[in-house]
Amino acid sequence: MSDKDSKQFEPVILGFTCNWCSYRAADNAGLARSKYPSNIRLIRLMCSGRLDPQFIIKGFAEGADGVMVTGCHLGDCHYVEQNYKTMARFKLLRRTLTQMGIESGRLKLVWASAAEGMILAHEIEQFVDEVRQLGPLNWPIWDHLPEIAEELEVVGEEA
Amino acid sequence: MSTNGKPKFAMYWAASCGGCEISVLNIHEKILDVDANFDVVFWPVAMDAKYKDVEAMEDNSILLTLFNGGIRNSENAEIARLMRKKSQILVAFGSCACEGGIPGLGNLGTMESIFDTAFTTESTENPDNIIPSTSFASPQGELHLPKMYTALRSLDQVIPVDYFMPGCPPEPHQIEAVIELVIQVLNGKAHLPPKGSIIGAGTSTVCDECSRTRHEKKIKGFQRIQFIEKIDEELCLLEQGIPCNGPATISGCDARCPSVGAQCIGCYGPAVGVKDYGARLISAFASIIDYDDPEELEEILDSLPDPAGQFYRFNLAKSLLRSSKYAWNGE
Repeated sequence: MSDKDSKQFEPVILGFTCNWCSYRAADNAGLARSKYPSNIRLIRLMCSGRLDPQFIIKGFAEGADGVMVTGCHLGDCHYVEQNYKTMARFKLLRRTLTQMGIESGRLKLVWASAAEGMILAHEIEQFVDEVRQLGPLNWPIWDHLPEIAEELEVVGEEA
Repeated sequence: MSTNGKPKFAMYWAASCGGCEISVLNIHEKILDVDANFDVVFWPVAMDAKYKDVEAMEDNSILLTLFNGGIRNSENAEIARLMRKKSQILVAFGSCACEGGIPGLGNLGTMESIFDTAFTTESTENPDNIIPSTSFASPQGELHLPKMYTALRSLDQVIPVDYFMPGCPPEPHQIEAVIELVIQVLNGKAHLPPKGSIIGAGTSTVCDECSRTRHEKKIKGFQRIQFIEKIDEELCLLEQGIPCNGPATISGCDARCPSVGAQCIGCYGPAVGVKDYGARLISAFASIIDYDDPEELEEILDSLPDPAGQFYRFNLAKSLLRSSKYAWNGE
């Protein structure tokens, strides 16, 4: 994923958007011909409250360098109060992942209304830069780790 | 079949505490049925046997092997391979074999930090500063010891496993039921479940089996159970702010801990369909926090000082991340 010889490390970022605000904000940014880096892969959910922390962990385990969670502003959720749950889950997940050595800067929560395309584009740009500074996460596919490949060879020999 | 015509039974422990072995003896007089129906050929805790005796057996000659413990070193892995070769039915028995268990928490740190804690910290009496190594030159010749692995693996991360029987340790009535089933199968009266099944557990969650009363959950903070003066005997523990892992944990234990006022610690492992046990608990815990502003949320989260330990107590080795970054990064 990362190439040390290339001029600049391009992080892989997962972006979760909600159908009613932040996805439309991204759309709005596009309509306004505002640019944001293509490092982010946007995934639309009906609500940020739909975001299962499993999705984020799976993302990190399978090659994401950063994850951005976006949704409606507090109080503006289409489903009344689900983004309060999003925020609680996000913060609890971030504390857990920090304990496991994943820098807190690799996770970001951004609220953006449907009209805030420019703000969202700016936030994405900034986040991509921040993750670029942190460098690649390169979470290993465990059994492919060079340090333990030797161990596995021993394990695999007679199996 | 052995010389007395009975099918062979084996039990082995890898990185585990021995509680699983005791739980097998805890099935009381049912243990006599094991003896009546099986020839116990290998069980290091209960009887004298050598690895070379097992090596000399024909492949697939042991009908049932209960394997408990995770894989932490080369000896664990070697015997896991050996037992796989010699066994027809190999069961990952107990939390450690199924999902890493308590020894799997070692994956939060580096191998070096584990050695440091065990052999060099102040609380350790080790005046000669002896650190175990894989070879030792004794006057009688060189001795070889197993090599410790970078991280702990669950049994199925090393060899194919036929069935998973969770629990720390598995409950006696579940062990009885499984042994009864195998005896029924031997007599042609029942069929084995499909390979890869979880046996000796339910299909729902601990909450579903728990008799405590539940309402819409809203909590203002978490409390460690030992600091609570009086625990409500009827009310859901989570509603009292006690971090109970019931919502994401598979049923099968009859909610034994919550029913006596202790929180579920999740020893039976993830409920059916859960890909990452810790993530599901994060979701469950965070959803019931009742807060008005972000500052209050942070304060409430401060009352849960060790989230990784809370959410991955038994499950770290089998979680999606499998370890902390420190374990593979070595820093």
